[in-house]
Amino acid sequence: MFVGAVFFPLLGAIISGLFGRLIGDKAAQWTTVFFMVLAAVCGVTAFFEVGFGSAPRTEVLFTWVDVGDMQFSWALRYDTLSAMMVGMVTFISTFIHLYSVGYMSHDETPSRFFAYLSLFTFMMLMLVTADNLVQLFFGWEGVGLASYLLIGYWYERESACNAAMKAFIVNRVGDVFFMLGMALTFYVFSSVEFGAIFAAVPQHVNDRFLGLPALELIGVLFFLGACGKSAQLGLHTWLPDAMEGPTPVSALIHAATMVTAGVFLMARMSPLMEYAPVALSIVTVVGASTALFAATIGCVQNDIKRVIAYSTCSQLGYMFAAAGVGLYQASVFHLFTHAFFKALLFLGAGSVIHAMSDEQDIRKMGGIWKKIPITYAMFWIGSLALAGIPIFAGYYSKDAILEGAIAAHSGVGTYAFVCMVLAAFLTAFYSWRLIILTFHGAPRADHHTMEHVHESPAVMLIPLLVLSLGAIFTGFTFAPYFIGEHQAEFWNGAIFNLPAKHMIEAMHHAPHWVATLAKTVALSGIVLAFAIYMGAPKLPAKVAGAVPGLYRFLLNKWYFDELYNWLFVQPLRRLARGLWQTGDVRIIDGMPNGAAAITAGMGRSAMRLQTGRVASYAFAMIIGLVVFVSLFLLGR
Amino acid sequence: MNAAGFPLLSLLTFLPLAGALIIMLVRGDEAVVASNARWTALWTSLIVFVLSLILWISFDKSTAAFQFEEKLDWLPDFGVGYHLGVDGISVLFVLLATALTPICILASWVSVTSRVREYMIAFLVLETMMVGMFVALDMMLFYIFFEGVLIPMFLIIGIWGGPRRVYAAYKFFLYTFLGSVLMLLAIIALWYATGTTDIPALMQFQVPVAWQPIIFLAFFASFAVKVPMWPVHTWLPDAHVEAPTAGSVILAGVLLKMGGYGFIRFSLPLLPQASADFAPFIFALSVIAVVYTSLVALAQQDMKKLIAYSSVAHMGIVTIGTFTFNQQGLEGALYQMLSHGVVAGALFLCVGVLYDREHTREIARYGGVAKILPAYALVFMLFTMASIALPGTAGFPGEFLVIVGAWAVSPWVALGAAMGMILGAAYMLYLYKRVAFGKITHEHLRGLADLSAREIVIFAPLVVLTLWMGIYPSSFTSFFSASVAALLQQHEAAMNVARLAGIN
Repeated sequence: MFVGAVFFPLLGAIISGLFGRLIGDKAAQWTTVFFMVLAAVCGVTAFFEVGFGSAPRTEVLFTWVDVGDMQFSWALRYDTLSAMMVGMVTFISTFIHLYSVGYMSHDETPSRFFAYLSLFTFMMLMLVTADNLVQLFFGWEGVGLASYLLIGYWYERESACNAAMKAFIVNRVGDVFFMLGMALTFYVFSSVEFGAIFAAVPQHVNDRFLGLPALELIGVLFFLGACGKSAQLGLHTWLPDAMEGPTPVSALIHAATMVTAGVFLMARMSPLMEYAPVALSIVTVVGASTALFAATIGCVQNDIKRVIAYSTCSQLGYMFAAAGVGLYQASVFHLFTHAFFKALLFLGAGSVIHAMSDEQDIRKMGGIWKKIPITYAMFWIGSLALAGIPIFAGYYSKDAILEGAIAAHSGVGTYAFVCMVLAAFLTAFYSWRLIILTFHGAPRADHHTMEHVHESPAVMLIPLLVLSLGAIFTGFTFAPYFIGEHQAEFWNGAIFNLPAKHMIEAMHHAPHWVATLAKTVALSGIVLAFAIYMGAPKLPAKVAGAVPGLYRFLLNKWYFDELYNWLFVQPLRRLARGLWQTGDVRIIDGMPNGAAAITAGMGRSAMRLQTGRVASYAFAMIIGLVVFVSLFLLGR
Repeated sequence: MNAAGFPLLSLLTFLPLAGALIIMLVRGDEAVVASNARWTALWTSLIVFVLSLILWISFDKSTAAFQFEEKLDWLPDFGVGYHLGVDGISVLFVLLATALTPICILASWVSVTSRVREYMIAFLVLETMMVGMFVALDMMLFYIFFEGVLIPMFLIIGIWGGPRRVYAAYKFFLYTFLGSVLMLLAIIALWYATGTTDIPALMQFQVPVAWQPIIFLAFFASFAVKVPMWPVHTWLPDAHVEAPTAGSVILAGVLLKMGGYGFIRFSLPLLPQASADFAPFIFALSVIAVVYTSLVALAQQDMKKLIAYSSVAHMGIVTIGTFTFNQQGLEGALYQMLSHGVVAGALFLCVGVLYDREHTREIARYGGVAKILPAYALVFMLFTMASIALPGTAGFPGEFLVIVGAWAVSPWVALGAAMGMILGAAYMLYLYKRVAFGKITHEHLRGLADLSAREIVIFAPLVVLTLWMGIYPSSFTSFFSASVAALLQQHEAAMNVARLAGIN
């Protein structure tokens, strides 16, 4: 069962990928779905067994590398943290597979798509069940590969290919830091296995490397690695572009699973991170900044999927901020609830796009809520959960993060709190901006499109309904276990908190005004969106016209892409050409070719010397003799 | 004395020559001769490969000693003997050479149409030289094979190569030959000091510290060109571009490893002091190689040239690992060499597949190939990913171990090596995007046929190896663990002696 949860998706991927043409597209699709269902059954059972039956375990498969004092195996580590992830990933992935059967029904090569999707799920499962850093890195790079393939799935589009490459390369920048983090970990601990590392952390608290505290350095390196995968400020540029992939991909990868890998890493490494307070402060600051930064951009984007993508980026910032103040439990809890409502929102967006004949620009939508009422309702549920309105899932986790930030009683905690409250307001605002522009008002699409607006088939709606149940109930149901009174026995040591820091307790004793404030800003964001976009639809354009600089700044995503292009891409291109044309061709090759030319030239001159005149020969011989004799005398 | 019970290594070395002899004897009209030559070459190389599997099976992994030894007096007056044997460091290279040769012969099956007989003879002679070089345990013998490799390779590039083949062949020959002459001087100097050229005997000999730098540089001149290290790498792109596909495969797969093998076999154990002293210099050149050639690869318009430059970058990782003097770094270097042999060879075959169909290697002439050749696109993707060291493929363990090993020496070297990760992803994905993705802009591409049965047979073993080496590297590292540990121990001891001598 524990092995099956991880390897069934791989089996599905292999069958669909290699034999898809042989067995036909329909069979390939349903094979992957079938194996995903099997995996989900195993995965969810494993979650309950490990999380509530308190039975952590490790399944060792076989030795991977054994070099000197470095040994590690392929092994599946099931503690509460990974079992929770396995259950969540397999569950959501199964419904996304099911949804894709409907969504990709007009596609040319669905077997390829489903193979990628299952491969991705497998890699994510390897990542979360790793019991050493290198296997985690295997999954880490594996999801990178799968997302590269999926973003570039429609490879005939230039933009999709570029987005795929960008995703992979930006992720690789983060991966370099991860790699160096592993190297340093091995240098300090002589092991890359979690068990050995965690047990040895207390002995290495005072280790230094290059004059810096070694644990802090490891923490920062891993965080930089996590920034790449989880699209944190600076390395976030790939995520919005990744929306080039088919919508189910966005739901699975860029909301529920892959981007959460960085958050997972922080929680997984909590026994080490807890001893790296400076690194944690950096995590909080970057996370909170990302939360606010992405929310500001989300307010002005016009592509339905990009708005949600920026909201993902922003929510990931919340999770990092929580991890940074030491509340890994709340961070992972938000990850868990977010997976449901964000997958719901993306799949809902997919349903809208499907209904609108592949239109993604919300300026060309509107007035369709009566035609697709179920999708509309789903969007409401997802947005309510995202905004953190009570009863809905997001409320419990977001509230915990905000309270934790205040309870940290530190400068960075307060900074994070301010950022996140502002972000919460903006989140509510842009979520309802999205709903109103998409569903309400006068139809802005052309007549032909409007005629074809239709509700999605059942195979797409069922996953939406299931995920909406998750978006409503997971917060309420699981809060006592993730962050409430049962958390100690639930986590069972999978997450480590310094004994001196009572963050969970402190969080529960946060002042009451925090929760009230959170609710108030969320509601006022919704109200403002209604007031503006329902009450005064002309106002946004006027505001944008009044502050054109700010508007363009936000619309162009703070000009990060342009900056990187100017700072890295263009200079490197020029450097590459320069090194080749000048360095290799002119200088390095110039020398041997020049030497060859000189030799040939000397040959010709030597020919000219052979004049046949005895006198000149004699003269040359004498000169030579003089030179040799003097050399001999000098050398003696 | 010999685990096989018969002179296995001699057989492996000289059986290809026997095959070449048979091919030479065939007479008749051209088509018959050509077909005969192909089949004889294929069967000979396959038999050699099967025989070499004995090494895989009965090699004793627990010892660092030389195995399957054969020893005859050759020139006893000069202390030169015919001495063959393998240890953990060389055994897998022998297998690499014997495995790639039949693949190369199959890859040339239809693409080589002129002088087929001579071509096959050249390949079999090349196999003899390659295997001989890795099993030789006598310096003179080693030198003969080391140089001997040049002759068939020179002919393969110069006769069956592309339009600028003569320039490339001469460049290849002169570069490598110039280095080798200096190595010959070093060998003579060692012989002069000890009276023997027997490698195991030489390893017991402490080369005087004052001599070490000079001898090191002489060896370095030869090996650095072969690896190739920056800045003596420019012969490689030219040689690759002009060589026929199979020539490139052998060049990247085996010939480049001769340099790295030389460093580990000779420089490190014979000249411990100088190796340690020159390590920073090597690191500097290697990091430059990784970053510089990766960038140059990014600008290439020719598929083969791009992969050739990527080879230089990958071999930079090898030289970094070699001079870290720790278990992870050295084993990583060896692993990287093996995996690069498989992956770069496979990538050149991938280029060959397109070249055979379209007769151009210019990237801009392709686009959207994934739509037309889906099976090919899958194989090409796998090797692309292996080349950028995705975990789970052959490229990863080597690079990872080298970075870990380099970190212990200097984090900056490790960072330099890791830069290759980003740049490698950039140039390989950029290549893949331009070749396989995008719209089909060249209509004539639509008629291309996907992989033929012969091509599938060629790629299948490489695909299996690439995944196997990525998922279960222990089955390969276990061969060289003992030898590397012994090498390091010996190095440590030698350094301690030198340290003590310095104190007294």
